[in-house]
Order: sequence, then C-alpha cells, then structure tokens
Amino acid sequence: MNEFWVILTGSLVGITCGLTGVFLILRKTAMIADAISHTVLFGIVVAFMITQSLNGFWMLVGAAIAGILTTYLVQVLQTGGLQEDAAIGVVFTTLFALGILFITLFAGNVHLDVEHVLMGEITFVPWDTWNVFGLTMPKAVWMLLIVLLLNVLYLVFLYKEIKLSTFDPVFALSIGLPIVAMHYSYMTLVSLTTVAAFDSVGAVLVVAMLIGPAAAAYLMSKSVPGMIAWSMTIGVTAAITGYYLAKLWNTSIAGMMAAMIGVLFMLVFLLKPHDGWLWKVLKQIKLKNVNAS
Amino acid sequence: MILTGNLLWVLVGAILLGIAAGLNGTFAFLQKQSLVGDAAAHAALPGIALAYLIVQQKDLPILMLGAAITSTLAVYMIQWIVSQSKLKADGAIGLVLSVFFGFGIVLITLVNQGASGNQSGLNDFIFGKAAIMAKSDLIWLSGSALLIILMCLLFFKEWKLMIFDPVFAKGIGLPVERLRILLTALTVLTIVTGIQAVGVILMAAMLIIPAAAARFWSNHLGIILVTSAFFGALSGAFGTIISSLRVGLSTGPIIVLSASSLFLLSYCFAPTRGLLSKSRKKKVVKQHKVVQEATSHE
Amino acid sequence: MNALQVKNLTVAYEEKVVLNEVNLSVPMGRLTGIIGPNGAGKSTLIKAIINQLPNKSGAVHVLERPLNPKDHTVGYVPQRNAVDWDFPTNSLDVVLMGRYGHIGMIKKISAKDKQIAMDCLKNVGMEAFADRSIGQLSGGQQQRVFLARALAQEAEVYFMDEPFVGVDAATERTIIAILKDLKAKGKSVFVVHHDLQTASDYFDWIILLNQSVIASGPTESTFTENNLQDAYGGKLFFMDKTKSNKTLS
Repeated sequence: MNEFWVILTGSLVGITCGLTGVFLILRKTAMIADAISHTVLFGIVVAFMITQSLNGFWMLVGAAIAGILTTYLVQVLQTGGLQEDAAIGVVFTTLFALGILFITLFAGNVHLDVEHVLMGEITFVPWDTWNVFGLTMPKAVWMLLIVLLLNVLYLVFLYKEIKLSTFDPVFALSIGLPIVAMHYSYMTLVSLTTVAAFDSVGAVLVVAMLIGPAAAAYLMSKSVPGMIAWSMTIGVTAAITGYYLAKLWNTSIAGMMAAMIGVLFMLVFLLKPHDGWLWKVLKQIKLKNVNAS
Repeated sequence: MILTGNLLWVLVGAILLGIAAGLNGTFAFLQKQSLVGDAAAHAALPGIALAYLIVQQKDLPILMLGAAITSTLAVYMIQWIVSQSKLKADGAIGLVLSVFFGFGIVLITLVNQGASGNQSGLNDFIFGKAAIMAKSDLIWLSGSALLIILMCLLFFKEWKLMIFDPVFAKGIGLPVERLRILLTALTVLTIVTGIQAVGVILMAAMLIIPAAAARFWSNHLGIILVTSAFFGALSGAFGTIISSLRVGLSTGPIIVLSASSLFLLSYCFAPTRGLLSKSRKKKVVKQHKVVQEATSHE
Repeated sequence: MNALQVKNLTVAYEEKVVLNEVNLSVPMGRLTGIIGPNGAGKSTLIKAIINQLPNKSGAVHVLERPLNPKDHTVGYVPQRNAVDWDFPTNSLDVVLMGRYGHIGMIKKISAKDKQIAMDCLKNVGMEAFADRSIGQLSGGQQQRVFLARALAQEAEVYFMDEPFVGVDAATERTIIAILKDLKAKGKSVFVVHHDLQTASDYFDWIILLNQSVIASGPTESTFTENNLQDAYGGKLFFMDKTKSNKTLS
C-alpha cells in the first residue's frame, strides 16, 4: 500500500510538472523555473522564520512569494541593463545562498536539512497524511492534486491568453492582453507546482520534471494540446520506470526518475522519424551512397 | 580572529578561486553562456561519483578527472541538442543540468551504500567544505588559477575577436574551434577545482556574479577581466574572513553573498552604466527638453 | 476625419532619443507608406501608436480617439521575425488569434470566429494550408498568415511593419491586392516600407521619418528628391526616373 502512494506521488509529479512545463518551454523560461526551484528554499526558510511552523500551507505561501520575487528581481535587473541569463544567475544564486545562510543561523536545529530539499524523501511520503473531508491521504498527494487542479483551471480559463502572449507578445499587447500579468501569474503557478512537488522528490527532480518531458514533447508535437498530452505521458512514464529501476538497483528514487527523463528525451531526440538525429545521419549516409553509385 | 594556518590556506585558496572564476566567468558572460557554467558545475557530480565507484577511494586527481569529463560532456551535449533540434538554449541547459545532476545523485547513493558506507565525503562536493581545505587542494587551486591567468595573457586578443566576431576571426585564419575548446577546458578546470571549496551548487555563482558586476564598470574587455578577477578575489577573501568569525557558518554561501554585495554596489553606483548614473542622465535629458520647450514657443 | 493624429510624440530609451517630437495628421482612407533609413524609428512609431511603449510622451489619436483595444479600431501586422515559427500550431490557429480581441478573455472560440478565420485565409490564398504547421511555411506564406490574422481583427485602421520583406512575387501581389481592397472598403492602412523603388507606386500618402517627421503628405508632393535627400541625410543616389512596372491602377 505504501508503495502505491509512492508511485502515485511520483506519477502526480510527472503529470503536474509535465503540464506546467509545456508553457515554460514555449515561453523560453525554463531557466527561470530552474531559478525558482532553488529560490523556493529561501521562501520556505523565511516562511518558517516568520511563522515558526512547518505547516504545508505557509510553505506554499513562502514559495509563491519567492517565485514572484525571483521573477520580479530578474525583470528589474534586466531593465537595469543586465542580460537575461546573467540576471537569472545572479538572482537565484544569491537567494539560494541567503536561504542556506538563514537555515544555519535560524533553523539549524530543525528538520529543514538541505539534502532533503534537494533530493526529497519520497519514501517517507505515505506517513505524513492529511485528513480532508474524511479522506486520508499523504500530504504530498493532496498538495499535488490541489496544484494540478490549479494548473488545469488556469489553462481552462486562460488558454487563449497564455497561448497568444507566448506566441506573439507584441500582437497580444496590441489587442490589450495584460502580458506582464500573464508572465507573473504563470511564474506563480510554477512556484506552487515546485513546492508541491519537491517535498517528495526534491528540487533536482522538479527541475527535470518541469523541463524534460515538455522538451521532449516539444520535439514531437504539432499542436499545443498534443504537446501537453505527450508531456504528461512522458512525465508519468519517467516517474514509474524511475521508481522501479531505483528499487531494482537500490538507489535514489528521485535521482532515477530524473535520469529516466534524460533517457526518454534522448530517445525522442535520436529516434523521432525525420527529425531525430539518427534519422538525419542515416539519411546523409544514404545520400552519400546514392551519390557514390 | 587568529589567522591560523588552516585559515590562511583557505583564504589564499578562496582568493585564487575568485580570480579564476572571475576570469572564466567573464568569457562565459560575454558569450551569453553564464548558465552553461551552472550546468557544467552541476554536471560534475556524476563524474565524481563514477570516478569513486571505479577506483574505490577518494583520490582527488581521479575524482577531478571524472568531474572534468562529465562537465565537458554536458557543455557539448547542450550545444549538440540546440544545434540538432528545435529545442532552445534555455530548455537544453535546464534539461542537461537536472538530468546530469539526477544521474549524479543516483551514483552517489550507490556509493554511499558501498563498502565504505556514507563516510565517503562525496556529499561535501554538493555544498562545499571550504573550511577544511588541505594543502593538496590549495595546490590544485593555485595551479588552475595561474594557468588561467597565463592563458588570458597569451590569448587575450584571439579570444576577444573570437567572442565579438567569430566569422571574421575564422576569415583571418584564427583556429576558432581550438580556441573555444581551450576556453571550455579552462572553465571546466576552474569548476572542478572550485567545487571542493564552495560546492557544485554555488560554483555557478562565482562564475556569474563577479563577471556580471564587472560589466557595469567598463566596455573594454581588459578592464572587465581585471575587475571581475578583483571582485572574485575580494569575495573570496571577505567570505572566508567573515565566515571564520562565527562557528557553524558555511564559507560557501558567505563568499557568494559577498560577491552579490559587490554586484549590488556595481549595479547601483557604477559610473555611466550604474542605476544612479543613468537616472541622473535621464534627468538631464528631461531638463534639456524643458529648456527647449520653454525657449521655442511660437 | 483623420485616421491618425500624433502630437509631440517623443520616445527615449535611457538617454537615447529614438523619436523626437513627432507630429502627424493623416486623413482617412489612405494607403500610407512610412519610409526612412535604418534606425529612423519607423517600427518604434508603430509600436508607440498601438500602445506598446511605456517611455513615451505626447498624444496619439486613431480615428479622433485615444487608442482603446476594446474599440477594435486597429489591426496590426508585426514584423515576421517578431515570432518564433517553431511554435507548435497551424495557420488557422494563428489567424484565430486575431479574433481574441473580439472574443474577450476566458470566453471560448465560436463557430462564427472559425468561419471568419477561414474566410480571411481564403482572402490571402492560404485556405489549403489551414492545418499546416507554421514551421513548414515559407516566408511569403507566413506573411500571408499574419495578414489574414490582421484581417480577422475586422479593424478600421491597419498598421503593418515591413510586410514586403523577404516575400516572393506572388505574395507581394497578394498583399497589394489586399491593400487595394481595404482602401476600397474605406479602411486606412499604414505600412512601414523599406523599398524606395516601389513606395510611390504602392502608396498614396507618404510619411518620411528620421527620428522626427521630415515630410508627410500625398505621394506626388511629398515623395520628392529633396525630401528624400533630407530624410536619408543626403546619402541617396538617384538614377534617371524610370517608371516601375508595379503600379497601382
């Protein structure tokens, strides 16, 4: 039964992050997501410092604020003349270092150890439960379901808007679309997704889950709905195969899931008909043979 | 605060690291590849773990070799993916970074379960353990820093051209590919020697922040390089000294925060490109306009 | 009524002035070409007009009113390179985006919107490519999809940023036909144009721009050697005036 919860959690991470990741890739904000996954640590620590509790709700609030703060600071630095990649780098490393400092100064004796943040403890997920409306499930599952719902609602209501502001922000602005609000709201959604996921799988895997499945889906899809479907599927596949392989080889589940994301991406990258690297290489070899003969 | 033997080692090491990271970071920054350095730093982890799994002991040069191999692999994979598919740089960097790191965690977990138990100390590579720098670490750090400084002096003109106009550089016969490989190799060397001090995660910070700060002070490559190296060294020194003042403070984060402070100062106060200076200029333009309007009424 | 009225428009980035005290008045129903050298601020002018830029001072009126996207008065064709054509979508989908202003936030696309989009695609000769991935379209085809999207906006005044750049001859003829058609329907069109050879043939009103307005008026009186030399800083070389064979009849 416990194994069921672990696999379910992993799958939910795959589905939710796969969904959120689609527009991260399309908006070319993958590295801001990476930054946010590091700065949520800072947000959580500050939330703990203020509320003195490890309550999941305050963690979400801290994470959301950290996400908005990260997005905002990157924007500010860019406006001040710094190129985007460096802006991201400066903001996230600084906030991350600050977060670690705060942990050692103010929370050194609490179970907020940094390794847990990075790698999660998915095997402990079944034991930490919430009882909501009479249904008892692991806290991680609840949080992921809530965030999944938020993601779905966001896309249901704002699909046209996020699509257009991603594809052609110049045009979007001309018809009155609030593209800045879209950017911040989406990054907030990313922050919430990150926090819901990394209690169980850690910051490393969240980044892999947000970026990898969507990146592979990007290579495969001709439409946004298609990309969403593929991304979620690849996310779940990586989660489940990662779990079983980790069990088989007795190693880190989160790490293995991230590794499987890489494997699946490579499969798509190499083997996709016509666009895959191996296909292109084979075509060139065929051409050479044709020319030679 | 007593400048004990070990503290002196750490101080010198941190300064050298700062210089090396500042120099390498500047080149990465100017090629808009600051985050590739982040990925390369994260990608060092699986290499270290693999090397350990193979030789079964914490032999620093071998571990560093492993780190260098996977780091370099990561850099080239990013380029490969971007050039051979639709995926853009940000996606490729994020993907490679997290997947390599994931592999690293898998391997480290395997190592920790091996015969030597979890005393392998490999976890130190993730967060750094600058406070305990051995003499051998220092030798590697100083070697790599000196090497980079030397290469910067030798290849300054060539790298400058390669960055700003690679097509022209090729046209006049510069071996652009080899120059690029050399630069990548040096960056990987810096990363690999640096992660012992500040760890994988914070190494990226040292590659990015001093260079970004230096950029605000000048448009000339030479000045940016020197400023960046200086900022890096200063951060290393401040970080080490401040963190030694209190028990339990990790050196890594404090070095990074020192660098961030220097960045903030540069961002606000640098002449010409700093925030303060720009807002003064805006006021001048506005005043000029007001004067124009006032004196040109029909 | 004026299609466009601009008063004292100044746009500056930090201390660099891109547009300096631009003043314009263009009557309705004209096909206007905006001409000037590189860096003259032509694209910036368009973006400032359609509300894109925060750092501007001065006033802009379209059809005698300040611009309000809810009025659906303005249609816009951005530069083709403003967009990443690797985006996973098809031509019809892009044209439908032109209807989003009418549909409004949160609400869904209706069958009527889809019909309008298909009609616009037909207008530009792209109905066969409705479900083709945009990444597989040629430059001219992409430009036509962009144009169809603007048509789907059902606007009164259109702004187009370099629509003739890098397109094949068939596409160029299509675009001109559409411009003619729009003018016949009483619409006003403003086009940032890069090609001096064709400017006097395509447009009946010319704005010569180089950070500020050098000249603005009907083509015959405005598109003169003197004005052009002023706009281009005396760097133009005029050959004997031979009639181009791309005339608007």
